[in-house]
Amino acid sequence: MAIKEPERIWWKPFTRDERLWVAMALLWMMGSFVFMPVYHFIGAQNPPSETYRVRDHEKFRALVDGMVAKYKVGEDKGVPVVKPEPGSDVFMQASMWQWYPVLELEKGKTYRIHLSSMDITHGFSIQPINMNFMVVPDYDYVLTLTPTTAGDYYIVCNEFCGLGHHLMVGKMIIK
Amino acid sequence: MPEEREKAEEGKEPIPAWQLFYDDIFLLFFLGVAIPTLVYTVWGLMEIVQIPELPVFKP
Amino acid sequence: MDYRICSLTGLKINKPAEDLIKWNMVTAILFLAIGGFMGLLMALTRWPSVHYLDTSHYYRFLTLHGFDALLLWILFFEVALVHFTSAVLLNTRVVAPFSAWIAYALMLVGAAFVNIVVFAGKADVLFTSYVPLKANGVYYLGIIIFAVGAIVAFANFFANIIQARRDKAYQHSLPLGTFGLAAASIIGIVTLAHGAVIMIPVFFWSIDLIKYIDPATYRLVFWGLGHPSQQINVCAMVAMWYMTAGFVLGAKPVNEKLSRTAFVLYILFINVASEHHLLVDPVLSSWHKIINTSYVMHLAVLASMIHAFAIPASIEVALRNKGYTKGLFDWLKNAPWGNPAFSATFLSIIGFGFLGGTTGVIFGTEQFNIIRHNTFAITGHFHATVVSGTTIAFMGGTYLLIPYIFRRNLVLPKLAAIQPYLYAIGVAVMLIGMMAAGTYGVPRRHWDITFSNAIFSFSFDPSADMFLSMMGVGGLFAALGGAMFIIISLGSIMFGRKIQ
Ligand code: HEM
Ligand SMILES: [Cu+2]
Ligand SMILES: [Cu+2]
Repeated sequence: MAIKEPERIWWKPFTRDERLWVAMALLWMMGSFVFMPVYHFIGAQNPPSETYRVRDHEKFRALVDGMVAKYKVGEDKGVPVVKPEPGSDVFMQASMWQWYPVLELEKGKTYRIHLSSMDITHGFSIQPINMNFMVVPDYDYVLTLTPTTAGDYYIVCNEFCGLGHHLMVGKMIIK
Repeated sequence: MPEEREKAEEGKEPIPAWQLFYDDIFLLFFLGVAIPTLVYTVWGLMEIVQIPELPVFKP
Repeated sequence: MDYRICSLTGLKINKPAEDLIKWNMVTAILFLAIGGFMGLLMALTRWPSVHYLDTSHYYRFLTLHGFDALLLWILFFEVALVHFTSAVLLNTRVVAPFSAWIAYALMLVGAAFVNIVVFAGKADVLFTSYVPLKANGVYYLGIIIFAVGAIVAFANFFANIIQARRDKAYQHSLPLGTFGLAAASIIGIVTLAHGAVIMIPVFFWSIDLIKYIDPATYRLVFWGLGHPSQQINVCAMVAMWYMTAGFVLGAKPVNEKLSRTAFVLYILFINVASEHHLLVDPVLSSWHKIINTSYVMHLAVLASMIHAFAIPASIEVALRNKGYTKGLFDWLKNAPWGNPAFSATFLSIIGFGFLGGTTGVIFGTEQFNIIRHNTFAITGHFHATVVSGTTIAFMGGTYLLIPYIFRRNLVLPKLAAIQPYLYAIGVAVMLIGMMAAGTYGVPRRHWDITFSNAIFSFSFDPSADMFLSMMGVGGLFAALGGAMFIIISLGSIMFGRKIQ
């Protein structure tokens, strides 16, 4: 009994049902175990792992400002809209409580989007397609991203970042 | 008394090694601490200290 | 020595063990009352047409809800189980009652620190307190004191076992229930050690004695506390399932080897699952993520599959032995559905297995995690594990232990008979609403998903609103069921008819 000491020797062979169940479960487990790495190499959509340390936030801010100065094509609600060259490095800065700047990207072209935070942790959640990544201060996370559908996308912050958390919405325009 | 217990068990079938392993909660304790600490924590910390610096980008 | 014989079970109950179990259980229930009430406020705020709390109270009470419900209710209850399984089940004593009381006092002081400083509005950081978000130092100090107390409490388990072995309270193998708590205690010590290791520097940082804490290191080590503490729950919950089946039905594990293998797999492999929380973080490599989230080959999931087989099988065997042998399901029809200790256990097995375990394995896959991370679906998943699994199992455990330990009968037995069902259904409706809303991208921990004052306005698919309302309605029922539990358990402890 689970509440009493078992008999002296309880190490006994499994019965047929038990063997069957364990074998089935084991097969399923091995299937999922193999799935993750295999999909990592053949799949189209995986969490990226390219990342850099940002010791000095100003250095990242300078990259953002440089990009805005060079590629700005307009403004949306006072936030600069930037149209970087396809294939280039694009910098997106998170801070309490803004995503900066607004990006305009071309459908079918690949971009390297660098995400970093100037203050605390934020969550980069692209809506309505619902893709989510963390933005951690002092680190640069590089998403290699190829938009496939045109439209307006919004970036909702989905990690608690203080009282203005619910105000933190950014935008991405895919043309 | 361990001697008494040994005497009582004389002549009986020996306990299988796997059962002895499962009964040794201190060995399990050691493994239970070591495995996650090495596989998760220590490995993770090693990766964190090896992150490269932000390179120079040509805009 | 100071023992009495329990007239219901024949167990030899050591007085210090009995007192420790009583105090830890009552404290656990009180924190569940606070945490559960905060949960109700959360449901009322996330229900779009109600939207009850203002911004700062929402985050403040969310911090408290996470902390009181997740850490305090569950860990205090688990310490009660530590003493129950390592002393009472073995008919032996608590070796060092003094240190067990110190542990209790430290846990209580730490818990009080955190509750007070959060209520005072000085720590609106949510229970994850991701650095460099900063709370008042008292918050971190409270966590450290609590963690040290809990480590001492789990260490008591091992001290009791060593003594029990010396006293020949057992010969070779621990009873399965005790073995399950051994797994819980091992995991508990790893977990809380991680907690102490990271919270001590963060405390010094919060009082400006240390300049910098690396946010990625914090996240890594914090989840070495945050996730494995859920694995303590899994072990303790499964042990509770086996014990309740044993006490209520006289059920015997169908195969000790099978069930113990499952616990050994937990001990060895379950902790690395902390990585689930970091799948879409920068910093860690893909290999670190893959190896760790697969629980080193999903062996820990295999363990849960084993229990999912072994426990129902043992219940079936026990009921068939009682003579319910007609057809395939006669035993199921004649199970003691009106006994809340049994029904809670059964509901917990279903809820944990079907709602919690499955979603956990899915969301824990790298690629799926991208489309679920930090959405409300995650909140749905862990309410399935930690509420419809662990909390309901421990509610059943409370009903089981009130007669044995407090020597009282349950008050309001009719209400007690329906309480587990009401709570389980409420929680299930709530968490299915959460999971569904999450699939539309609705974030967790978010005060205003209409973004009414944000510069860019965006609205979720209108169906999300419907699912959030479903969550709200389910939450109301869950809160009602939770309140019934508090009333029945505390009422029985204070006013139940005495058992001689
Ligand atoms: C009456 C029952 C309960 C209700 C109605 C309830 C409701 C909620 C709601 C609506 C949230 C989401 C808050 C948000 O992200 O906006 C939440 C979060 C949470 N709940 Fe519950 N809950 C209940 C019981 C519990 C219990 C018993 C536990 C633990 C054992 C628990 C653990 C948590 C945790 C850990 C969070 C996440 C906190 C965070 O994101 O920081 N809940 N709950
Ligand atoms: Cu933010
Ligand atoms: Cu935020």
